[in-house]
Amino acid sequence: MSDSESKHAPNRAIPESLSSLYQEVILDHYRRPRNKGPLEGATHSITMNNPLCGDVIELQLEVSGDRIDRARFEGRGCSISQAAASMMTRELEGRSLDEALELAGKFTQLMHGERGLSEDADLGDLRALAGVARFPVRIKCALLGFNCLEELLGAEGAAGPRDPAGGGA
Amino acid sequence: MTTTDVAASPAPLDVGRIREDFPILNQRVHGRPLVYLDSAASSQKPERVIEAVSRYYRHDHANVHRGVHALSVRATDAYEEARATVAAHIGAGDASEVVFVRGTTEAINLVASAWGPSALSEGDEILLTKMEHHSNLVPWQLLADRTGAILRFADVTPEGELDLEDLERLLGPRTRMVAVTHVSNTLGVVNPVERIAGLSHDVGALCLVDGAQAAPHLPIDVEELGCDFYAFSGHKMCGPTGIGVLWGRTELLAAMPPYQGGGEMIASVRLEGSTWAAVPHKFEAGTPHIAGAVGLGEAIRYLDDVGLDRIHAHEASLTTYAIERLDAIDGLRIYGPRHGRTGVLSFEYGDIHAHDLATILDHQGIAIRAGHHCNQPLMEHLGVTATARASLYLYNTRDEIDALIDGLRVAAEMFGGVGDAPRA
Ligand SMILES: Cc1ncc(COP(=O)(O)O)c(C=O)c1O
Repeated sequence: MSDSESKHAPNRAIPESLSSLYQEVILDHYRRPRNKGPLEGATHSITMNNPLCGDVIELQLEVSGDRIDRARFEGRGCSISQAAASMMTRELEGRSLDEALELAGKFTQLMHGERGLSEDADLGDLRALAGVARFPVRIKCALLGFNCLEELLGAEGAAGPRDPAGGGA
Repeated sequence: MTTTDVAASPAPLDVGRIREDFPILNQRVHGRPLVYLDSAASSQKPERVIEAVSRYYRHDHANVHRGVHALSVRATDAYEEARATVAAHIGAGDASEVVFVRGTTEAINLVASAWGPSALSEGDEILLTKMEHHSNLVPWQLLADRTGAILRFADVTPEGELDLEDLERLLGPRTRMVAVTHVSNTLGVVNPVERIAGLSHDVGALCLVDGAQAAPHLPIDVEELGCDFYAFSGHKMCGPTGIGVLWGRTELLAAMPPYQGGGEMIASVRLEGSTWAAVPHKFEAGTPHIAGAVGLGEAIRYLDDVGLDRIHAHEASLTTYAIERLDAIDGLRIYGPRHGRTGVLSFEYGDIHAHDLATILDHQGIAIRAGHHCNQPLMEHLGVTATARASLYLYNTRDEIDALIDGLRVAAEMFGGVGDAPRA
């Protein structure tokens, strides 16, 4: 069956709302994720999933003292969840734990439509995800990586890593 | 041969007219005409059903089985007439074998809770398949926890069909229940439930069939199928949400203790104990979803008036067309068999995740499902975490399949070229 036989006018114009969601930089992080794979010498590790859609992120950190030296992730899922995790790992390296949690807070606000933050250089590539705020069902995808971070750091307090054994290799 | 086939085949559906029966279809979503390809999750409702529910509330509503006044009599009549309509539609020997429940999920939970505990002892086996919906899996897991029974799972072949030999191998003297889906909600495959019911009885086991994805599309005759329980949901077959059916053999239903206690289900109540009403009322504690039953009855009359054989023929031809067009897209993989299936089409498109596909299609007015479809063990078996699923019903058209194909091209473009454009 050829296109000319279809009564639906083929409309391949990409709606503007979609192009604001699927920015090139997002697709680039999805196709060529940064910091993906196991982290030798990780001190922190956690795996979280989104039970509704099956997206999975495992986040591993190497923390010395108060600072995140390295961050890597593993995961499966949609472009938004995977790109967000990739971007996040890049922004985490070199931050103190407090700064990392502050970043998580900012990103959460961005996802809830805080437009001012889409110019905030502190968020780095993560700013490209600002368009997700217009897709309420996809916000949880974007937040999965940061949920891992908050769970790791928030739940731990001063008591040390919750899951030291899970970290190595 | 050919002429006989042509003569025997039903007159084709006038889908244009069918679509006029479904007011919801006439709308735009994100500025584009709605293309509803998610009927396996829930179907849309024809005007007649919406009207029947509305008419019931406007003219006939009161509680059932309780009053002597006119409205209560009318409501009771409407409710029981719906039961008789269901019974006739599925070939039940008697209307009392039809228990109204909330849906397939509650029907299966009812059997697991009411039949299970007294029928099973430790080490007894419940045989399921690896393609069951969570609602035909979790109730049995709960029952196994309570009773010490063991769950077994018949395999699914690489082609996406039930491995019947494996099922036969797993049947044994300790098998008490075989619970299988009639049609898979992910693979679309139609299972040979008649055969499975026979095999179950050969070893002295009962057979429950999850008909959630079959009843909307196929003529069902429970006596011909030979199963012991058959469960389905109204909302997937043009009826309201919150109403469904458990069909069970009279002697089995009669022997089972109640599922819930309350009004409607008792013969007499004393403080020390009560005696139960006869089936089916024993299993319908409390005020039932009367309007839902009325709506389901009308939905069944609608499907019967259109003709399930014609609906089936339309869906079969549409499914063949959809498979042909989807297959022509490079990098697109359809799950499930090519034949012996309904119009539930699960697929994967290169490295574009199902959720991204669903979002991109939604913005072109096209509604599909993305995810694990309450089928997580099957997904694991197939080696995927999520698939995209387009599912067809009587109101879908070839144009809508074409719109889906165009929508997938937009997705590929958006992602900078996944696979090649379809060879149109
Ligand atoms: C095969 C199958 N079984 C059971 C169910 C559960 O039906 P309901 O949610 O109406 O109880 C569904 C619906 O999603 C299904 O597809």
